[in-house]
Amino acid sequence: MTGMARETPAGDLRLANLTKRFGVFTAVDDLSLTIEQGSFFALLGASGCGKTTTLRMIAGLEEPTTGQVLLGDRDIARLRPYKRPVNTVFQSYALFPHLSIFENVAFGLRRRGIRSVDDEVTRMLSLVQLDGYGNRRPAQLSGGQQQRVALARALINRPQVLLLDEPLGALDLKLRRQMQIELKRIQIEVGITFVHVTHDQEEAMTMADTVAVMNAGRIEQLGAPADIYEFPATAFVANFLGQSNLLAGEATGAGGGDVAVTAHGTRFSVPAGRSRADHGPVHLGVRPEKLILVGSADQVPQGHQHVTGVVTDASYVGVSTQYLLRTGWGTEVSVFAANSGASERVPVGSEAVAYWDPRHAFLLPRDAADTDRTSPVLDEPVGAPS
Amino acid sequence: MTLLARTGSGEPPPSAPRPGRHRLLPYLLLLPGAAWLLIFFGVPLAQLAAASLYDPSGSLSTGYAMTWAFGNYPDVVQAYWPQFLRSFGYAGLALVLALLLGYPLAYAIAQKAGRWKNLLLVCVVAPMFTSFLVRTLAWKTILSDNGALVGLLRDVHLLAPDGRLLATPFAVVLGLTYNFLPFLVLPLYASLERLDPRLLEAATDLYASPAQAFRRVTLPLSMPGLVAGTLLFFIPASGDYINAELLGTPNEYMIGNVIDSAFLVRLDYPQGAALSFLLMAAILAVVFGYLRRAGTEEVL
Repeated sequence: MTGMARETPAGDLRLANLTKRFGVFTAVDDLSLTIEQGSFFALLGASGCGKTTTLRMIAGLEEPTTGQVLLGDRDIARLRPYKRPVNTVFQSYALFPHLSIFENVAFGLRRRGIRSVDDEVTRMLSLVQLDGYGNRRPAQLSGGQQQRVALARALINRPQVLLLDEPLGALDLKLRRQMQIELKRIQIEVGITFVHVTHDQEEAMTMADTVAVMNAGRIEQLGAPADIYEFPATAFVANFLGQSNLLAGEATGAGGGDVAVTAHGTRFSVPAGRSRADHGPVHLGVRPEKLILVGSADQVPQGHQHVTGVVTDASYVGVSTQYLLRTGWGTEVSVFAANSGASERVPVGSEAVAYWDPRHAFLLPRDAADTDRTSPVLDEPVGAPS
Repeated sequence: MTLLARTGSGEPPPSAPRPGRHRLLPYLLLLPGAAWLLIFFGVPLAQLAAASLYDPSGSLSTGYAMTWAFGNYPDVVQAYWPQFLRSFGYAGLALVLALLLGYPLAYAIAQKAGRWKNLLLVCVVAPMFTSFLVRTLAWKTILSDNGALVGLLRDVHLLAPDGRLLATPFAVVLGLTYNFLPFLVLPLYASLERLDPRLLEAATDLYASPAQAFRRVTLPLSMPGLVAGTLLFFIPASGDYINAELLGTPNEYMIGNVIDSAFLVRLDYPQGAALSFLLMAAILAVVFGYLRRAGTEEVL
């Protein structure tokens, strides 16, 4: 998964076979990964997937059951939290209510016995655009401002790794977008390794250089946001990171650079380079925005593949119109058509054809019992006899 | 409903207020309490103030004459300053012991007890279900010369063969510590219970050792409870006379014992009243000095 052959420089953060069990529950299951020094790394997953536990083990707030946390060549897994060159921005911010903003930010420096903190604190407050707020108490600040104090309080210590535990979760959407850009700017400016835990896939993709998608204590896929999005490794990733239409089929072998798939009696093909399986049960995946909706099969260009169906729903959401197409075998396929003015809107109830370029499809291995999947999950059951 | 109906029928709207009544309402609500305080606290206090200035040569049978005898005050200070010092000394010592016992106790109940929290709180309060006097008498039995505790201590040579626990300063301080401990623990508990453990995580994440995290986060955030608790402990403890009476000898008597005997034994009302006022003044001075030093704006 990661470049194991590469020499690890002094500052890389490596998790080696990290496991955490709470009683019989395994929160983090034999996790190994390398986070390059200076990168912005996101751990993405639904709540309960083990991402926060992983973060807390790096911070030292949770002791691993087994495994190592290596900073460079040093194993810090059993070091007390106050002895680690790692700082955390907590989900709740955890600002000290009895201290001024200035003293909150200065806290780490003072605990390390640094006397003259004024310049550094002033510089930090200005980095997070809170000049002149030093004398206030945390309760006098808005959520977004408190978030920035929490960031300044951690960053001022120049940690080797900064951990962010859903730091934007409590902010409203607009402020969250603004802080995402802000965080990215600050990360580039200070050059510290950021490890960001979030359940918001858009947030992870916006900010991180590398995203690790976690599920049930394991990493499902790790890579650059665009790589993961364009070519997900598992059905979970395909549906957790953005949305995907997954058609259950059988791969019947590779030939001529393509893998042939039969799904619901129709033959499709996927380039071998975008196939993670070439025989047996597979999911044929296409992102909704890669599908183009036209009135009839005649309009499908040469070399493209298509499914036919009836439009059952059309939601106009501004930048795009989101259609649901019920195929002949009962599955609903989701199609996003950009509202660029290039195509007419298709009325609900009409027959339509959704086509795609095979180079935009991907092929994933599938459990034999697994059937078609469409996201978003619909209210009505998506029955698919296959 | 009738109000609404009437408004509809064209009468002046009820929003036209009678301001006098609204402004008087808070005072009307205060009136019963204020009357009670005046009759049962204000008047007796004034009476006591007057008594402290009566002619000291008077007696209950001959009656007291008001001679504005301010000399009563220096006289009682001269006669009883050792008991004054002892009161504050014993109460202070008991406070230190109570803090050593009570802070860890309150912290454990508030932060670590989990589902045992309520049971432990009941245990703290349970002794209060019996009378103060009965509890102190129980200590008298426990500490008595023929008791098992003294016997044991003598056997292991922690106590001389003729050594005693009862009728020593130790017994009095122990009694004070025991009797007023819940008044310290409960406010402390209330403060520590609100302490967010995530703040301690944040402190350790920011290079604070456990000791520093306590000093910089736990202690300041428990300050309101600590101040309230120490005051609730120290004020009654320094004015107490039961513990010295039952567990000590006249050598351990505190100022409360002197006041008690002035009123009930010697029937020297001017002296008793002057001592009472001095005790009040001394406690107020200690409290204000303490609050100023503690510097918690939340308390004052």
